[in-house]
Amino acid sequence: MNEQSPILAVAQQFAQLSLLTVGGVMAVLPEMHREAVELRGWMTDGEFASLFAIAQAAPGPNMLVVTLVGWHVAGVAGGLVATAAMCAPTTLLTFLVLRLWDRFKARPWRTAVQDGLAPIMVGLVSASALLLTRSTQTGWGTVAVTLGTAALAAATPVNPIWAMAAAAALGVAGLL
Amino acid sequence: MRGAEAPPGSAPAHPSLGKLFVGFLSVAAVGFGGVMPWLRRMLVERRSWLTAEEFNDLLALCQFLPGSNVVNLAVAVGARFGGLRGAIAATTGMLAVPVAVAMAAAAAYARWGGIETVRGALTGIGAAAAGLVIAMAVKMAAPLLRKRPVQAVPFILAAFVAVGLLRWPLEWVVLALCPLSVVVHWRWRA
Repeated sequence: MNEQSPILAVAQQFAQLSLLTVGGVMAVLPEMHREAVELRGWMTDGEFASLFAIAQAAPGPNMLVVTLVGWHVAGVAGGLVATAAMCAPTTLLTFLVLRLWDRFKARPWRTAVQDGLAPIMVGLVSASALLLTRSTQTGWGTVAVTLGTAALAAATPVNPIWAMAAAAALGVAGLL
Repeated sequence: MRGAEAPPGSAPAHPSLGKLFVGFLSVAAVGFGGVMPWLRRMLVERRSWLTAEEFNDLLALCQFLPGSNVVNLAVAVGARFGGLRGAIAATTGMLAVPVAVAMAAAAAYARWGGIETVRGALTGIGAAAAGLVIAMAVKMAAPLLRKRPVQAVPFILAAFVAVGLLRWPLEWVVLALCPLSVVVHWRWRA
């Protein structure tokens, strides 16, 4: 391993991941975990899970876990650099493709590409779900919270922030 | 169908850079538990920057491309009204408050995370957040299993096993599976 400043490592890590976020940031969570916890040793599994929980409780897009991994490694500058590195390639791509969209949105290959990517997205998001479920369980209480939240969010239109608030209250009460 | 959409002859909305920044900032700052529904309400219903159809069309583009859907949508809407500068204004508006709030919360947790009630709260939030990702996977899988299970299931399982269980590097999995899946979905399209 050659010497590299933490900020540069963060920038490189997320710029590389950016274009792999097929179907959203949740799809690259296992890879982010693999890099940050297993390969680079930036944090423990538990720290990763805590950062993810904080990111999900904050308002805004669900890519904030990226910001917080960068923050953990290199402070506020690391958080900003991670966010920028993750967003730059994909936002640039969106900006460029926008002009062409009208020309190809009705083409049959566009549908085939989208249909083809969808199952891979599902597989990757399922992998994220497995990873997070494994690293957030402390006992039967958290199992109940995870499954209850999953059922609520999958089957009802209730805003998931209420499930998070209720789960936080259970935790404060010392029940988890 | 319901709701008041601008009549076809009316002047199109033309938000300034400042309005784009503030518009996206106001949505992101209150977007607890997901930004997309609030974004739609702001763009289509409250400010009428887009018709429902235009919104769906841009959303399809943002879902087609890699990256966060809501960040891509900020780029697309910003660019539509203000070119490159509009895209930058909308995107920074979308990210400014959430990024600051998340880092402040993480710093607070680093400081007070030793307190038992604080740690308990985050244990609960973490368990619930994992549940949300399970729900997301279920909701994304449902239409695929209904419409084309034969094509979809092998690729769902392959991606899950390779990345979730075998922990293979994502880029190899994506580079191998995506082209194959697209070809299969093209060859056996409905």
